[in-house]
Amino acid sequence: MKDAVRSAGREQILSVDGVNVRLSGREVLRDVSFSIGAGEFTGLIGSNGAGKTTLFRVILGLHATTSGSVQIAGRPRSRRNPLIGYVPQKFLLDPDMPLRARDLVGLGLDGHRFGIAWPSQARRDLIDEMLAAVDAQGFADARVGNLSGGEQQRVLIAHALISRPKLLLLDEPLANLDLPSGQEVVALLARIASEQGIAVLISAHEMNPLLPVMERIVYLVGGRAASGTTEEVVRTDVLSELYGRQVEVLHIHGRVLVVAGPGDDGTAHEHAGPLVGVQIVQ
Amino acid sequence: MSHFLAPVFEPAFFTSTTVQVALAVGGIVALVAGTVGVFTVMRGQSFAGEALGDIGTTGGSGAYLIGVGPLWGFVAISVVAAGAMEAIGIQRPRGRDLATGIVLGAALGLAALFLYLDATQSNTTGATVTILFGSMFAIPTSTIPLVVVLSLTVVAIVAVLYRPLLLSSVSAELAAARGIPVRAVGALYLLALAISVALAAMTIGTILSTALLIGPAATALRLTRRPGAAMLAACLIGLGCTWLGIVLAYDSYAWPPVHVGWPVSFFVVTIIFVLYLLSGVSSLWRQRRPASHPVAPVESVGAGDR
Repeated sequence: MKDAVRSAGREQILSVDGVNVRLSGREVLRDVSFSIGAGEFTGLIGSNGAGKTTLFRVILGLHATTSGSVQIAGRPRSRRNPLIGYVPQKFLLDPDMPLRARDLVGLGLDGHRFGIAWPSQARRDLIDEMLAAVDAQGFADARVGNLSGGEQQRVLIAHALISRPKLLLLDEPLANLDLPSGQEVVALLARIASEQGIAVLISAHEMNPLLPVMERIVYLVGGRAASGTTEEVVRTDVLSELYGRQVEVLHIHGRVLVVAGPGDDGTAHEHAGPLVGVQIVQ
Repeated sequence: MSHFLAPVFEPAFFTSTTVQVALAVGGIVALVAGTVGVFTVMRGQSFAGEALGDIGTTGGSGAYLIGVGPLWGFVAISVVAAGAMEAIGIQRPRGRDLATGIVLGAALGLAALFLYLDATQSNTTGATVTILFGSMFAIPTSTIPLVVVLSLTVVAIVAVLYRPLLLSSVSAELAAARGIPVRAVGALYLLALAISVALAAMTIGTILSTALLIGPAATALRLTRRPGAAMLAACLIGLGCTWLGIVLAYDSYAWPPVHVGWPVSFFVVTIIFVLYLLSGVSSLWRQRRPASHPVAPVESVGAGDR
């Protein structure tokens, strides 16, 4: 699906063009194309197995593509790209790990370098600045493993931000968070995107927590993607085509539900994946 | 001063060459083990360390058979075993135990043969105990250069790899995203671990070598929140335990009723274990007090000033 007209003047940070990935005979990504501009908050929505993590690994240069290209700030993807900050899925640190929040943030700055980090005032100031940017000063000296899920996410975001990336990738950052912590993290990321002009791509299996701040959406179903603004993509006709079966998009109390359409017997058609975005309204 | 310490240090403790060599080599090995051990615990590779130590039995007993110093045997077999583990897949969490177990089993089969042959040769009767439980008071002076070279190698590996190793120990995914070659870093670290285990095998024996590697490190992790401080603490704890063990073992020659020296390894390992238990009690006690909760504002304010 073609990108619609983009807001003018925004630098293109990430462009994914016709990417195909085949993994042991299975097509994990099929002709995925989308782009993200500076400062844009983009949600990558898809159920488990839709190809979200693979797409991230492709962007990071850790996974080969069968065809297609990925450009970051106008240059082909590469390993160790300082323009990308990354927050992986399921980060669980043992409470016994002797690592303070500020140590983890510092590793984001120079963790790839050989040798030992010599303490300097400039390094300390930069770490403090990043901790402040994610409201983590209160637990800067606590062991990372003792922090709550939401606190760990914020420290990881600071870890990713300290190398001054232009693109921030977050793999399911809301997966293990309760609702208030999730909302905090989303609000923080939206602020970072707009204030620092960083393109944020955040994956989730549920779009509703992201709706208030999401400017663009990449909707993945079984390795195929539709992208654009939320209004352009989260529509009955677009998603029905993507799922390869009749689905219906319902708006209820400010939430979006994607449900199987009338007359759909529930059997999966070709290319179809499980529905995402379905939520029980309380 | 000497009056106070006279009951602690038996006569001739500091003038005996045997004791001097034991203090020097034991001390160096404790420092190396502390440095590497913190990463071993952080990476969850204690079982690999234990296996490399046990496998040292094969190398040590083989070395006796062909008449070279046991340290050569420990190092050679340990490095070969580490290579085999790496090849089978120790870097993958699921392959880790399997790779370690397979290599361990194969090597210990050989050890059974070598130890039997050692025991049946009259000139190496003490070999089995020396290999399994160490020989701090029987280290030949000629071994010291090799000990120093191996120790410097280990320290160099850990110092050069420090940051990439720390980040990949925290999260392989974070490290890979930063462009760190996680597998190569892990393999080099495994080499450092293999050499450290061989060194520890020489001082406190193949079976007990991991105690020196893991014990001080595990205690240190409970006492400090910073990786560098944990390494320093592990080194100091290891050094203290080793030296105190040597003193007690030396003193034990004078202990009634039988006046036979107790093994150094027994003292070292027991002190390490007691310290680990004490650190557990102290961290439990700290957790009970609400003021020391890690996210409590009181502590954060104070810590932020550092």
